[in-house]
Amino acid sequence: MILEVKNVTMKFGGVTAIDNLSFNIKTNEIFGLIGPNGAGKTTIFNIITGNYTQTKGTVNFVHEPISGVKPNVIVEKGIARTFQNIRLFKSMSVIDNVLIGFHNSAKYTFLESILRLPRYFSNEKRLKIAAMEILERFGIAEFANNKATALSYGNQRKVEIARALATEPKLLLLDEPAAGMNPNETQDLSNIIRNIKEEYGLTVLLIEHDMKFVNNMCDKVLVLDYGEEIFEGKPSDAIVDEKVIAAYLGDFTHA
Amino acid sequence: MLIEKKHFIQIFMILATVWFIWYAQNNFNAYTVSILNNIAIFVILALSYNMINGVAGQFSLEPNGFVAIGAYVTALLLIPGDQKLSMFALIPPAPFVQTMHASFLPALILSGVVCVVVAFFLSVPVFRVRGDYLAIVTLGLGFIIRIIAINNPKYTNGAMGLNDIPSNANLYWSGFIAIVALIVMLNIIYSKYGRAMKAVRDDEDAASAMGVNTFWMKTYAFMTSAFFEGVGGGLMASMLTTISPNQFTFLLTFQLLIIIVLGGLGSMSGAILGTILVIGGSEWLRFLDQDMDIFGYHTGAHPGLRMVVFSILLIVMMLFARKGLFGDKELMDIFKRAKK
Repeated sequence: MILEVKNVTMKFGGVTAIDNLSFNIKTNEIFGLIGPNGAGKTTIFNIITGNYTQTKGTVNFVHEPISGVKPNVIVEKGIARTFQNIRLFKSMSVIDNVLIGFHNSAKYTFLESILRLPRYFSNEKRLKIAAMEILERFGIAEFANNKATALSYGNQRKVEIARALATEPKLLLLDEPAAGMNPNETQDLSNIIRNIKEEYGLTVLLIEHDMKFVNNMCDKVLVLDYGEEIFEGKPSDAIVDEKVIAAYLGDFTHA
Repeated sequence: MLIEKKHFIQIFMILATVWFIWYAQNNFNAYTVSILNNIAIFVILALSYNMINGVAGQFSLEPNGFVAIGAYVTALLLIPGDQKLSMFALIPPAPFVQTMHASFLPALILSGVVCVVVAFFLSVPVFRVRGDYLAIVTLGLGFIIRIIAINNPKYTNGAMGLNDIPSNANLYWSGFIAIVALIVMLNIIYSKYGRAMKAVRDDEDAASAMGVNTFWMKTYAFMTSAFFEGVGGGLMASMLTTISPNQFTFLLTFQLLIIIVLGGLGSMSGAILGTILVIGGSEWLRFLDQDMDIFGYHTGAHPGLRMVVFSILLIVMMLFARKGLFGDKELMDIFKRAKK
């Protein structure tokens, strides 16, 4: 078990966004988190990445509780994320965006960077090569020196995932990676995600609305509705489950 | 490490600046040299102000506070002890104030270090929360420093200020320190720390989701700013040879804000060009304040008319070049773009 979420409840004032939710993610699994808008999927992400602290319950990462740990420390522990609305660093080039992901792998101090000591040069050189390697894997190496925001939507998504990958995570959280992509781009993306998962030995937790994408990517899905779990299991079973259909399309039986 | 073509350009630019400083000191008249000296000091201040405001994107109003601290520390260290005894007319100076003494460079560095310490203690509460608290706190800092300076004559000679400060800050010193400040800050910007500071400016949540400790990045930027503002303050004290508490008002901060906004927030080249335009300009436009005859029409003297020019300049810039003259690019980036 790489991630264990136990009885987590999250309340914002009077609103219960997550209600007593529990699930486990196995190492090397692609786990899907789906549900209608407002079901609390992104809230779960924010709890896991340390942006929110849950009202109740525990979250364990590799058997270690990570509640109340700061976001940047959680990244160092090995959880990386992307955002629902792309949040690249606007003023920076594509390669600089990826290099930010390597921030903690660059082992030189503030003083060493001012005095330009050898460790600065060796580290920067190593990381630039590593960043280019990641960009090549995503097929966007040619844009390395372009401004990140000048890229097409699909490529910006790739930069965001590349950037998250640069933090050398064990668990990668993808918040709607295929949103706004055309079918070709989606296909391309799912190949990339599968490849990097194998190569880096990643575990992936993703939120997605594109059920076709979820169906062919995920080993397991969890369906949320109003902060409550309504289904957990194989994606092919989820799409025929009555409760899931009711949550997405409305409950016709009581209409 | 291999030397690339861009390094040659950089070394050439530094040598050209050094030569210009040497040439100016020896050939220009005293008035021009004093303007250049003033420009060099303001370059230091503008560069460092740009670090926190432009590069790290934390809106701050600190320069006048740190310049005042730097000026007082340097002045008290430079003035000889017996001179302090006769200068402190209200209350005799505190023993350690009277005995402390240092030569010019150590005095400047110590001014910077004192500012760094103050900056650190301000950072701890301020950077734990987000928002414009830094602006409020640093605005207050300027006022607090002034009130402390007025009300503690034992240490600062109160409202009378300090005068007859040894005049060490010639163009060589100011120019040399400006070059050092530029190199240090560019080295920070083109390292993982500079990248992280820019990341914090662009999107703080995304930066911390990349493992960046946003608190320390903001603190580093703020302490770097504080250090060179302290040094610049020391140079200013030594150049003016006299300082008083009321000299370091909010107007100084405002002038620097105009400079870096004009040059482009986040651009060090912009900060330098902005300084030359604003500080140089306010000297070269002095004729506007005097009596003028325009096509036979006698205008009379309007002190402050040159400030109107800057206001118009700023308005034009807001309309046509929102990001300032350089945007957030450096001179080298623009060369690179032109080659493509």
